Amino acid sequence: MTATYQDLPRLMSAMTGDEKHEPSATSTLDVLWVLYDRVLRIDPANPNDPDRDRFFLSKGHGPVSYYAVLAAKGFVPPAWLPGVGSFDSRLGHHPDRTLVPGVEISSGSLGHGLPLAVGAAAGLRAQQSQSRVFVLVGDAELDEGSNQEAIVYAARAGLDRLTAIVIDNSSSTHGWPGGIARRFEIEGWTTQTVNGRDHHEIEAALTAKRVGAPHAVVARVEPKWSNR
Amino acid sequence: MTLTETRNLTMRERFVATVTGLLESDPRVALVLADISADAFADVAKRHPDRVLNVGIREQLMASTAGGLALAGMRPIIHSYAPFAVSRAYEQLKLDIAHQDVDAVVVSIGASYDSAASGRTHFAPEDVALVDTLTGWQVHVPAHVDEVDDLIACAVWDGGRHYIRLTENAAPRITLPTSGNPRAVVIAVGPTVANVTAATRNLDVEILPVTTVRPFPADAVRRAVARAATSDLVLVEPYYAGTSAHEVAAALTDVRHRLLSLGVGRRDLRRYGSAAEHDAAHGLDVAGLRSDITGFLGSSRRMRLA
Repeated sequence: MTATYQDLPRLMSAMTGDEKHEPSATSTLDVLWVLYDRVLRIDPANPNDPDRDRFFLSKGHGPVSYYAVLAAKGFVPPAWLPGVGSFDSRLGHHPDRTLVPGVEISSGSLGHGLPLAVGAAAGLRAQQSQSRVFVLVGDAELDEGSNQEAIVYAARAGLDRLTAIVIDNSSSTHGWPGGIARRFEIEGWTTQTVNGRDHHEIEAALTAKRVGAPHAVVARVEPKWSNR
Repeated sequence: MTLTETRNLTMRERFVATVTGLLESDPRVALVLADISADAFADVAKRHPDRVLNVGIREQLMASTAGGLALAGMRPIIHSYAPFAVSRAYEQLKLDIAHQDVDAVVVSIGASYDSAASGRTHFAPEDVALVDTLTGWQVHVPAHVDEVDDLIACAVWDGGRHYIRLTENAAPRITLPTSGNPRAVVIAVGPTVANVTAATRNLDVEILPVTTVRPFPADAVRRAVARAATSDLVLVEPYYAGTSAHEVAAALTDVRHRLLSLGVGRRDLRRYGSAAEHDAAHGLDVAGLRSDITGFLGSSRRMRLA
């Protein structure tokens, strides 16, 4: 199945849905669509190609938009969508890479995707691969200290095939004074802050050629809690 | 390197030599360090900078990086003192290696209290119990320095998830006594075989030395129990006492048996000193083991029921 962006709401509503996860699910929708529609070099017919680009959804909660995009791009049969989170479903509220074609990491616990992406980028570089590694994290997820370990090391190791995408919906309890991009810049990453709903801005930030340093793209979307 | 020189190396030095050789010969092998032992790998790191990664004092990242390397098709090895390699990065071992369904080799040094003068922060009597809660890890506790090379090389070549627990207090080469009609079985894990052998002199027991403790050698234990006059077993482990007691119970579900589990106690002694002094404090020295084992073998169920 190959669908368009306009098909995504229908695919999302095919899932039983989980109201608790709904806001964070949609915060990632546009970035996910641009990645799978315009950026990632991947083929649902050959999902284990060693030369494919990798996308790690670190912020594994709220995967409804992820599953919808995977269905739209032919990785997940649409018939799997109803019953998300049920005992017999391959699609849980946090994705499992061993159960879902196209899912590169099993996630759910925060602060694991970026460190895993560092290892994957290092492993691909050691094999002279030209594959890129993209990892999506949330601004609140950056609260987990494991991310800081990865941010420092990725820059020192010069992992320039690595791109971190931070979906910023202002949900971090204590916030990031000075801005999220600054946290990456100070360690030596190149950074770009974009409108997380603007497909052209997202695409440009994710496809620009970078050499020598990892790249962080902060995609700003509506605040999770409008009363803050 | 001549054999004579090899014999004098410590387990940690044998680990460095073996992993250096694996890095030179197999382009899939990668080593991730968190500063510990980085100096010892400096030369090979210069030759293979993309496969010898020192992430600094970041053990969480060390374990996660191993997971990522494995996801990219590499064969990662990680290494630190046992408390930093295992308990500090437990969640990363659980989720970034086992739950991702990828493999790695973890090689620790320091054991339960090799660095006794460093105190509790550098002790790891809990490491094997923690790894035991994870899915699909093999656990190896070599007794002798000479076991280390093959254990590491086989673990790396064979695939799978392996935890290899090295110690600076290795046992010397020991010839086990033979008993024609043993009264009981003493399972001696890793380097405990040295003190167990001395402690059970003339006690007429069969000593079953165990290096690979997960998967547990259930068949060997069953065969040893079948050879013995009673179904009395003593389990001696160089980490928390009873860590493998559930494995003994599972191996002998259909055999009425008595089990005495010896090992490191749970109490934080808040003592420094030497490893030998900690062995004595936990009853793992020759005198302590002999006292516990003779007391156990002398207290048959019939006597206690009477």
